[in-house]
Amino acid sequence: MGKPLLQLRDITKRFPGVVANDRVSLELYPGEVLALLGENGAGKSTLVSILYGLYRPDEGEILVEGSPVRIASPVDALRYGIGLVPQHPVLVDRHTVAENLALGLGSALFPSRRILPLIERIAGAYGLQVDPKAYVHQLSPGEKQRVEIVRALLRGAKALILDEPTSVLTPQEAQALFRVMRELRAAGKSIIFISHKLEEVLSIADRCVVLRRGRVVGNLPREEASKTRLAELMVGRQVSFERRRQTPDPGPVLLKVEGLTARSERGLLALRGVGFELRSGEVLGIAGIAGNGQSELVEVLAGLRLPQGGRVLLEGKPLPSDPARLFALGVAHIPEDRIRMGSVPSMSVAENLALRNFDQPPLARGVLLDPKAMSAQAEERVRAYAIATPSVHTPARLLSGGNLQKVILARELSTKARLILAVHPTYGLDIGAAEQVHEALLQQTRLGAAVVLVSEDLEELLSLSDRIGVMHRGELLGPYGAMEVSREQIGLLMTGGAA
Amino acid sequence: MEEVLNALARALSFGTPLLIACLGALLNERAGVVNLGVEGMMALGALASFAVAYGEAGDGNLWLAVLAAILAGGLSALLHGFVTITLQANQFVSGLALSMVGLGIAGLLGKRYEGLPLFDHPSEEPFILGAMGLALLLAFLFGATRLGLSLRSVGENPAAADLLGINVLALRYGAVVAGGALAGLAGAYLSLVYRPSWTDGMTAGLGWIAVALVIFVGWNPLRAIFGAVFFGLLYYLQFRLQGQSGIPSEVFASLPYLLVILVLALSGLRGQQGNAPEALGKPYRRGER
Ligand SMILES: Nc1ncnc2c1ncn2[C@@H]1O[C@H](COP(=O)(O)OP(=O)(O)O)[C@@H](O)[C@H]1O
Ligand SMILES: [Mg+2]
Repeated sequence: MGKPLLQLRDITKRFPGVVANDRVSLELYPGEVLALLGENGAGKSTLVSILYGLYRPDEGEILVEGSPVRIASPVDALRYGIGLVPQHPVLVDRHTVAENLALGLGSALFPSRRILPLIERIAGAYGLQVDPKAYVHQLSPGEKQRVEIVRALLRGAKALILDEPTSVLTPQEAQALFRVMRELRAAGKSIIFISHKLEEVLSIADRCVVLRRGRVVGNLPREEASKTRLAELMVGRQVSFERRRQTPDPGPVLLKVEGLTARSERGLLALRGVGFELRSGEVLGIAGIAGNGQSELVEVLAGLRLPQGGRVLLEGKPLPSDPARLFALGVAHIPEDRIRMGSVPSMSVAENLALRNFDQPPLARGVLLDPKAMSAQAEERVRAYAIATPSVHTPARLLSGGNLQKVILARELSTKARLILAVHPTYGLDIGAAEQVHEALLQQTRLGAAVVLVSEDLEELLSLSDRIGVMHRGELLGPYGAMEVSREQIGLLMTGGAA
Repeated sequence: MEEVLNALARALSFGTPLLIACLGALLNERAGVVNLGVEGMMALGALASFAVAYGEAGDGNLWLAVLAAILAGGLSALLHGFVTITLQANQFVSGLALSMVGLGIAGLLGKRYEGLPLFDHPSEEPFILGAMGLALLLAFLFGATRLGLSLRSVGENPAAADLLGINVLALRYGAVVAGGALAGLAGAYLSLVYRPSWTDGMTAGLGWIAVALVIFVGWNPLRAIFGAVFFGLLYYLQFRLQGQSGIPSEVFASLPYLLVILVLALSGLRGQQGNAPEALGKPYRRGER
């Protein structure tokens, strides 16, 4: 395998209350794909931020091709051949792709024109399709990601770090990314690939390093890695997979949607006659590429958007279009943008966890709050959802994104509901937390609730849903019995192909 | 015909300080910093240049006078830069304060120049042509150079630029100081060329119109030429009316501000707000979580 390109030795990084990286050591060899796994808060992003010069380690050293280096900024990192493709693209939306790529790099005059041949050469060499003249705000998440990859390569990256690159991609786009990664590997580049999705990791990685609570708990070659082994290392206990749902005896019809039409924010027809029935105890999965009407459908059902036409009946009665009355009727909504809509960043974790029930016993005693009861409830939920937080009194804003999501989900799924509208409920969550969320949803169905589950994660849809519908251009295709469709068929329907 | 040509000439002459100040404000706004202090910086520039041009007895050096205006505008903008870029205070509040302080100081220090004549003064053609040239230069800077690309990126997404090694703070300081220097220059045009004399309040709301024009022209330097000439024409017509009608002068005194509202209303109709640089008015902090 030769000499390592990158070596990390005993890297330690502390944040107030947490050791995000605890004596982490690892090597990256030329031409290998190293998967970095770990639950939310395990310290993956911190580690790659140190490599990319965004954070300074408290202890430890980094060696590039055998010699110790000090990486004080991303520019330093790029100089040493380390490029990062961040989880959320950092691009200038209103500039063209070429302008973004020329920023800080191109020649003094006509930088974005003179860089075109370079872009073409790199894009061609690795099969990265980018249109240099397109404006970034017109691009899909996958396209933006390719721009970031081209940027790192343009700057001479030999080691490429991809931070959860597939979390924003459709299955087809993810496959395209893997093809690019294989091309890069064949050309001798090294890749650090961060992911939660074990199937992906196993299909692409040469070696897997698992972090748990800031420490390296496993470093295994592909041959020794398996889904259960990796999951156990990540979570620190046994994890069960393959829980395809047993369809329960369907209850009475709870929700009936007929010929629903609605316009989007921009006034375009976003729902074109959507209809389905949902029985009590059932999970209806909704697949689809973002922007095909899923959000509008859920918004109508949640009383946040007025339909143009059609009917929505909850137990035979028209659904009121008023979120507060819907909540009283037992309609729970886990919105897409939970962090902004669902938490108060400056309040403590315990307070955030109590936002739904602080006015009821045992948290409320008359007009007073019982802080002990609140802390006790918080401790319990923090444990149940494995929320990584220094304490329940920590302000919510200090939590990592995934952990904040867990706080909100723990709160929302702890009340009894009749109809749950869940939009990407496990987006960005790790296996352990996702399992918790799934269990909570299923528990609710056992108590008679029906769930509308919008997700881009097909594994999740297939393992939880009784039936799956695909939203495409405002129409609902299906729903199909979850046992009768395959992953590939759904993927095709999402892009408008026939099943 | 002659009437029309004359009106156009006057419009150009009125429009030039508007254009210069507008280009200055446009420059710092493209880098993400709003400076509402244009009116104050213009007044300071006008006074500084008049004071130097007047010298002891109305015979100072005109080149030095123009330079003084540029310095006065640039230095006062530097203060705005320090407050908003380094201390990260609210850009709108700081700019408003700069306008008021600038007008106040200029009025105070200008008392002794009130009503004095200049024996020699520059002609307006070089200013008019220079302002147009400047608009072309800025368009070229933004559209075709690496510096311009960096500037625009800093105004759109400073975090992205910072990651790539662009010095966000330095570029913002540079743009703010250059913008202030241009506001000062616009002031020099008023007190050296247009009048030429010093009176308190001689900027008469031109700075505010320049700020509003930036929005009207959608942050585009070439369109600024047409916008400035158009509003120069309106300004000229206003003065014409003022001389000929029996309408009270207070009405005319408030016209510049009505013009500002008109500019903004027209911009709203044309949907220009959508062209605003994404990070406009937002201080940049590194690594915020
Ligand atoms: N800037 C920061 N300030 C305080 N704590 C942080 C900061 N960045 C990360 N952390 C904490 O460090 C731990 C590791 O976070 P992170 O590296 O983002 O995990 P991962 O990427 O594996 O989900 C978490 O507990 C997180 O809350
Ligand atoms: Mg992360």
